[in-house]
Amino acid sequence: MKKGVMRPGHIQIRVLDMDIALSHYCDLLGLIEVDRDEEGRVYLKCWTEVDKFSVVLRETDEAGMDFTGYKVIDESTLEALENELNQKGYPTTEIPVGELNGCGRRVRFKAPTGHSFELFATKEQPGKWGISPRNPEAWPRGLKGMRPTRFDHCLLYGDDLEGNLSLFIDILGFDLAEQVVDPEGNKAAIFLTCSSKAHDVAFIKHDEKDKFHHASFWLENWQDVLRAADLISMTDTPIDIGPTRHGLTHGQTIYFFDPSGNRNEVFCGGDYHYPDHPTVTWDADELGKAIFYHDRELNERFLTVLT
Amino acid sequence: MKWATHTISLSNRDGQFYCNEQQSLLHGLESQRIKAVQAGCRGGGCGVCKIRVLNGEFFSKKMSKKHVSADELNQGMGLSCRIFPRSDMVIEALD
Repeated sequence: MKKGVMRPGHIQIRVLDMDIALSHYCDLLGLIEVDRDEEGRVYLKCWTEVDKFSVVLRETDEAGMDFTGYKVIDESTLEALENELNQKGYPTTEIPVGELNGCGRRVRFKAPTGHSFELFATKEQPGKWGISPRNPEAWPRGLKGMRPTRFDHCLLYGDDLEGNLSLFIDILGFDLAEQVVDPEGNKAAIFLTCSSKAHDVAFIKHDEKDKFHHASFWLENWQDVLRAADLISMTDTPIDIGPTRHGLTHGQTIYFFDPSGNRNEVFCGGDYHYPDHPTVTWDADELGKAIFYHDRELNERFLTVLT
Repeated sequence: MKWATHTISLSNRDGQFYCNEQQSLLHGLESQRIKAVQAGCRGGGCGVCKIRVLNGEFFSKKMSKKHVSADELNQGMGLSCRIFPRSDMVIEALD
């Protein structure tokens, strides 16, 4: 049942060298720099996003994800979810207004897999980049790189998938759109949605807590995925796999690494999910096809290379 | 310009490979199809391609402290995707 969580709002990614990271995220991936703060963090967005930013880069000595935040529909919803999280055993920390430039107060909590999540209701809305909200043109000129339209989701690896399932479904109102189940009935992967997208967050079972697999950005079509692949080769950027199609969600995809070793995905297409739809299930013995629909076998890297 | 090429020996595996100063050790290993080290993110973030340097000069780019601590750096540990030779080297593959 929907509880007022609307969409992925932001992700803060740790990078080893900011200048090198920005060359990747802006020139190659094609995000737009919108702000910087006193801590040296750099704020980025995709062009169709109405809110001020969706990606924050922080330079430090370790790669990975600091946290990811979801936007809820209003401040009273935020307060209600904050109360419910605390009552049900997920203690929250309040991050004050303005700790991220242009963002309202955030409510942070740890998921059972060890990842830090946030909810927030308010963020400055400068509107789509380069497009007027009145009589808007189709797209803005001057976009760079892969020209993604939005930050779409992240995939995280961790141990307690059942715990996360309960948190995201019972408290946050997500639906389980797709899953991978082993012969004993244990969940090996869960793809959760708070919209009609195939996934707004996904988790894969892994022994360690709090591992980051990838941040994913939306492209319009398969031709754009091929063009992204060309750009990856032109820049000698480390590639993971693709262009290919997933079995899970059926998205058309390519994976590559940022200069700090964090994995990125750009993808298009794929399935949709409504609340009355049954969960799509892949059996663990078909995991190869579930992840890489054409090769039908996993590459070791996809399961073990994490930040 | 042509970059100097160095010979890299593996202490605990058969064989050696060549690597120029612009190539990471991982790149050298892969280009000569030596499978002593697994490739990961190639950006110093995942820790999969860790090795120990036993001998030789090198230049190192930043790598995640989580995978190579300050102590380990002093012991010659490093990620082969971040290490660029500046002389002939002897390295040890870690399992």
